[in-house]
Amino acid sequence: MQNNFLRKLIFDEKIRSIVIQTLVIGFFALLVYSISQTTAYNLEKRGIGTGFEFLGMSAGYDISFSLIDFTSKDTHLRAYYVGVLNTLLVSICGIFLATILGFLVGIIRLSSNWLFRNIAYVYVEFTRNVPVLLQIILWYSILIHLPKIKKAIQFFEYFYLSNRGLYSPAPIFKEGFSVVTWSFILAIIFSFFLRKFLKNKQNQTGKQFPIFSIMSAIIIFTPVVFFYIMGMPLEFEHPILKGFNFKGGMVIRPEFAGMLLGLSIYTAAFISETVRSGIIAVSKGQREASQALGLKSSLVMRLIVIPQALRVIIPPLTSQYLNLTKNSSLGIAIGYSDLVHGFGGISLNQTGKAIEIMLIVMVTYLIMSLTISVLMNFYNRMVQFKGNA
Amino acid sequence: MSSIVYSNKFLIWSKKNLFSSWINTLLTVLSIYFIYEVSVFFLDWAVFKADFLTNFRGERIIDRTFCSKNIEPGSYGACWAIIHVRFYQFMYGFYPAAEVWRVNLVFFLLPFALVAIFFDKVPFRKYLLYFTLAFPFIAFYLLYGGPSLTTVGTNKWGGLLVTLFLGVTGIALAFPLSIALALGRRSNMPIISLLCVIFIEFIRGVPLITLLFTANVMLPLFLPDGVSPDNLLRALVAVTLFQSAYMAEAIRGGLQAIPRGQIEAARSMGLTYWQSTRKIVLPQALRISIPPIVNTSIGLFKDTSLVLIIGLFDLLGIGRAALADMTWTKLYYEVYVFVAIVFFIFCFAMSRYSLYLEKKLKTDNSS
Repeated sequence: MQNNFLRKLIFDEKIRSIVIQTLVIGFFALLVYSISQTTAYNLEKRGIGTGFEFLGMSAGYDISFSLIDFTSKDTHLRAYYVGVLNTLLVSICGIFLATILGFLVGIIRLSSNWLFRNIAYVYVEFTRNVPVLLQIILWYSILIHLPKIKKAIQFFEYFYLSNRGLYSPAPIFKEGFSVVTWSFILAIIFSFFLRKFLKNKQNQTGKQFPIFSIMSAIIIFTPVVFFYIMGMPLEFEHPILKGFNFKGGMVIRPEFAGMLLGLSIYTAAFISETVRSGIIAVSKGQREASQALGLKSSLVMRLIVIPQALRVIIPPLTSQYLNLTKNSSLGIAIGYSDLVHGFGGISLNQTGKAIEIMLIVMVTYLIMSLTISVLMNFYNRMVQFKGNA
Repeated sequence: MSSIVYSNKFLIWSKKNLFSSWINTLLTVLSIYFIYEVSVFFLDWAVFKADFLTNFRGERIIDRTFCSKNIEPGSYGACWAIIHVRFYQFMYGFYPAAEVWRVNLVFFLLPFALVAIFFDKVPFRKYLLYFTLAFPFIAFYLLYGGPSLTTVGTNKWGGLLVTLFLGVTGIALAFPLSIALALGRRSNMPIISLLCVIFIEFIRGVPLITLLFTANVMLPLFLPDGVSPDNLLRALVAVTLFQSAYMAEAIRGGLQAIPRGQIEAARSMGLTYWQSTRKIVLPQALRISIPPIVNTSIGLFKDTSLVLIIGLFDLLGIGRAALADMTWTKLYYEVYVFVAIVFFIFCFAMSRYSLYLEKKLKTDNSS
């Protein structure tokens, strides 16, 4: 009997798997228990309490770059919000820029011109084989060694480039501008419905409409018309040099610009590779067949090649977006106040609550990664084959 | 006659690749102009107008005030003397000069340890593989010290030594771990598979810098009193865990490519799970997954530069330290370009190797 039980333990797959899994759980429980015990002991010895009350305490430090108001009297929780917003800002701008640049370079790499495509090749090889941290630091050093404020480079009359950043006129929205914004949004929604209607019409009657031109005309002209109807409710505040600094206007700080340039130029090199391989993956026969049917080359690209290429491009593109978002945590190296620099760095040093803060920071990044994955998977499902493949 | 044919060939090629239409011709002209401007600017800066060991007066450069660009207005050439002066630190960090032969020996032996892994047609491959297995112990003994060698603490290590140490050791340690994770993720046992999924997705979802911070701040808290791993070891733990998650995904891709029928055939022949995994599945899966593994390794090698944020002096960290020195400050471009070139050489070589493997895999499969 006993022998039989032992035999089952080793040779019966079901029982064996239960035994192994129980052992693994036991081992992990023991590990977690012993680590938490030692940690509790270590924390007590160092006089560090646990808990999240510190979030309500005043932070006691300033953040140079913030989208919402922040002073040193504000709480650590608010510092966290500032960090999250700054991380999101640089990530979203970076994703936007990197996508445009990446698609552009990817298409250039397929150019029939040998010299032109090899310039793009050299760019790709140089940027993706050098650490992104080094590139961010390099861009930042270039930006902070621009001329001083007094000798700022002036261009387009009201733009000033100096070592404190790029100063530009700031738009001031007066009463009635919201009408223009709403008309813009409504124009976009309306034009999409119109597109659906015209497509249906085309399917039924075979008559073609210049859908793209109609859509762009509606989207561009509606807000312009409303802008004039409302009496041009927009003014610009120009930056003016007063004493040692500019007054008024908007400014893009070198920390932000350095992060943005470094991240997007680095990631664009990877994106261009996925774009290139995605376009190559569309078989030549498809292109030739559509040309044989008499489609213009722009239509071949828009109707045949790009929809199929997107299916290949989207999954690796998603992971590039994730990488860019994670790399935005490198702001600490040049003093960009992102989540890791402000909340994860200075707040941690001031409160000593390493476990709580690192937990919050990591969970925040996990949520961001998850959100990007979910959104991109949703988009991916939209571009995949519909019906029977 | 032959020269005419040749020139015709060139003309045909250039007609097809450079001047096929007026747009192409315009692009070619613009490209040539762009290449000319960039290369003239860069070569002037880096070579023709640059100082190497002496400035334009022929004086030996001992600090930044001797650089031509700081003496002569309008001069903008690079001042490479900073690299020369700091070269020792760039390579070894603060390793004692009397013991530096040990690092050099490790640098010298490293290719011999790697060549048998990278190429399968190497003479004496079998013996070299034994050497590869022994190499980590030899390297550790040489670098850190032990019986009859004085101990050199890791706080003295720096520069390329730290970059290579973290890169190579991190990848080597992550390899077995990642195989276990990949197999675990595909395991039939739900709890094991769940644990592996959580680990892999967690690591892949957070930035490396948070893991480095965690290892730096929290490892001492997690461990019993008195056990305090030094900073380099903490970074190594974070880097290894990070790399193992990414490598596991690369290996999982390889595992998925093995047809299910092969595993079932092996099982029906009476092989156990471990036998079929070791003899049938892994040899094939690993072969396919080497190119993506190399690609994640390039990523890791670049990411080792992040350790400067937790206060270690890797190649880039040494560069920043050199710039913080008042006698050499402001020579940013020289330092960063030098560090970039070193990283580029390693990463470009690895990416070429990965391409070579992919081509080789293709021809092996088709034959």
